[in-house]
Amino acid sequence: MREVDRRSKIDRRNFLKTAAAVPPAAAVAATTGLSIDGAWAEAATALKPETMKTLARVARDIYPHDHLADHYYVAAVTPWDARAASDPKVKALIEDGIVRLDEDARAKHKLPYAAVAWEEQRVDLLRGIEHTEFFGKVRGDLIVSLYNNHDVWPKFGYEGSSAEHGGYITRGFDDIDWLSNG
Amino acid sequence: MAKFDLNDDGLVVIVGSGAGGGTLGNELAQKGIKVVILEAGDRHEISDFINDEWTSFTQLAWKDMRTTSGTWRVAHDFPNLPAWIVKSVGGSTVHWAGASLRFEEHEFKIKSVYGDVPGASLLDWPITLAEMEPWYAKAEFKMGTTRTNGIPGLPGNNNFKVMEAGARKLGYKEVHTGRMSINSQPRDGRGSCLQIGFCFQGCKSGAKWSTLYTEIPKGEATGKLEVRPNSMAVRIEHDAAGKVNGVVYVDGEGKMQKQKARVVAVAGNSLESPRLLLNSHSSMFPDGLANSSGQVGRNYMRHMTGSVYAVFDRPVHMYRGTTMAGIILDEARHDPKRGFNGGYEMETLSLGLPFMVAFLNPGAWGRSFTTAIDGYSNMAGMWLVGEDMPQETNRVTLDPVVKDANGMPVASVHYDDHPNDIAMRNHAYQRGAAVYDAVGATRTFPTPPYPSTHNLGTNRMSEKPRDGVVNKYGQAHDIKNLFVSDGSQFTTSAACNPTLTIVTLAIRQADHIAGAMQRGEI
Repeated sequence: MREVDRRSKIDRRNFLKTAAAVPPAAAVAATTGLSIDGAWAEAATALKPETMKTLARVARDIYPHDHLADHYYVAAVTPWDARAASDPKVKALIEDGIVRLDEDARAKHKLPYAAVAWEEQRVDLLRGIEHTEFFGKVRGDLIVSLYNNHDVWPKFGYEGSSAEHGGYITRGFDDIDWLSNG
Repeated sequence: MAKFDLNDDGLVVIVGSGAGGGTLGNELAQKGIKVVILEAGDRHEISDFINDEWTSFTQLAWKDMRTTSGTWRVAHDFPNLPAWIVKSVGGSTVHWAGASLRFEEHEFKIKSVYGDVPGASLLDWPITLAEMEPWYAKAEFKMGTTRTNGIPGLPGNNNFKVMEAGARKLGYKEVHTGRMSINSQPRDGRGSCLQIGFCFQGCKSGAKWSTLYTEIPKGEATGKLEVRPNSMAVRIEHDAAGKVNGVVYVDGEGKMQKQKARVVAVAGNSLESPRLLLNSHSSMFPDGLANSSGQVGRNYMRHMTGSVYAVFDRPVHMYRGTTMAGIILDEARHDPKRGFNGGYEMETLSLGLPFMVAFLNPGAWGRSFTTAIDGYSNMAGMWLVGEDMPQETNRVTLDPVVKDANGMPVASVHYDDHPNDIAMRNHAYQRGAAVYDAVGATRTFPTPPYPSTHNLGTNRMSEKPRDGVVNKYGQAHDIKNLFVSDGSQFTTSAACNPTLTIVTLAIRQADHIAGAMQRGEI
């Protein structure tokens, strides 16, 4: 069977394509291998850097994929800063949401959310705010901002647009080789 | 190409350009009848289609506001998107998968066959399968349906091969790559399928039948058909005698226009068609047009649906090739011993990664969800589609509060699953999972219904005027020059995908309209 190459391809062409498709900050994050703890969050203008970092941690805890590097999550949450800059309600939603999460974390673990060590413990805290608008908006946004990033598609073995390659008629639409006959 | 005057009162004006409206428009034009089709959406041609799920959704989907209520899960997951249908020339034939199955004989008379079903408003169609057969044959020939007219079936892709192997192990007999209106060989000026995938995003090769590049250009070539895109019908008007005489619509510049008409045919899909009739209320027809029975908007059906996806220990790449690549027909029979009336089809289905995360289990998060998505490339999938029970209380009404950009009340869609629908869905989930378990699935997912693609029954056909909205030709019981030409005329839903039957009814209706016009009856 023809497999999909899942390795990251950070070449100039790919960089330009990504840069054209997503906001600049996200493009930088997505192409420079920044981690959740890195200095990228200092570039935020409306939201606090600590808020951005916690948000990225929340994003990974909501949709954890161990084979995805941090920068995909950073890219997915970065647009919240621009939204917060243009809408004070959004800014309050995110800042207040993170404050509440940190309060819950301190009450239970004497630590801010991002410092709680086990994923299960952080997920438990998220369950506590699952029905809030903050959680709903952040989770709903990730469905598009994380998974509609074309750079993550190959990581899941998804090949995206096919018409320009002539479809799959000669590229493995029927190449399954492990089904036993009868 | 024809361009008709707004004051030309000799026209048939059709609202909608999909399977019903697009086909009816061409059929009438071929008979020399002047036709204007008003299409709410823009005109996107094959070269405009995009192999990208979200971008294509933005381009093609009907996203205008609608509201929902009821116990169906769609109302919870997608409260303002009850239906996943198309607003573009070609309507939902741009988006459809291509499955073209005939009803079974009993599906035209389920009241007689099933007897009384509590809570359901069963009714026999005023037509039989025998009466429909010659018209089905015309539709299959027109659409180039595989496994009819000597046209070979399509080759099976990986997703089909997995389902087929599981089905054989379970002893299912009727398993094949379907009756599909997708060219398996060049035909009718269109090429054969390139196994592109993205059937839901508009077929980039044109192998799949769509009114956009078959019926509509053929009709336009006669000089008798004019298609007006970006023309949103808001009201049908009538004369003092109660005959309809024109359609008021908002054009691409936002201007209100009235196109005069000799005959009006409504084909805006089962949410917009009843909405238009209800919004056309007048002092003579205070409850809306064609609604003396009170049935306009009622008996909304959307099929019993659900999906089963399964993960295997080895790759499948289900997204390669046709989206609906094959079918298991064995459960389509009516066999009440299974604990429900009617039957269902199992048809392969695949979603790209972006839509898989949106639809696998809406709202879900955490590792149970993400480990499922991690298995995306090793996933196979099928859609379950079966007959749902008509219920008077499942209905499209005018929202009392929410209005669209033109100030018209939007459609509000209420749906509760009938106990028969739930029993059928549970059975289908179990059988679907069993198919995949038989070939070594490591995990299966009973996936809830998507926003409705099969919207049916809201202007139903009936023998007696008190039981429904239109007669056996889709002609309003109340107003003889008003017709319904889409799936909203379905009396009951049957198990199979509805497009072939919509096209069949449109061909038959064109014959009836032409005859009635010639005889001076309308």
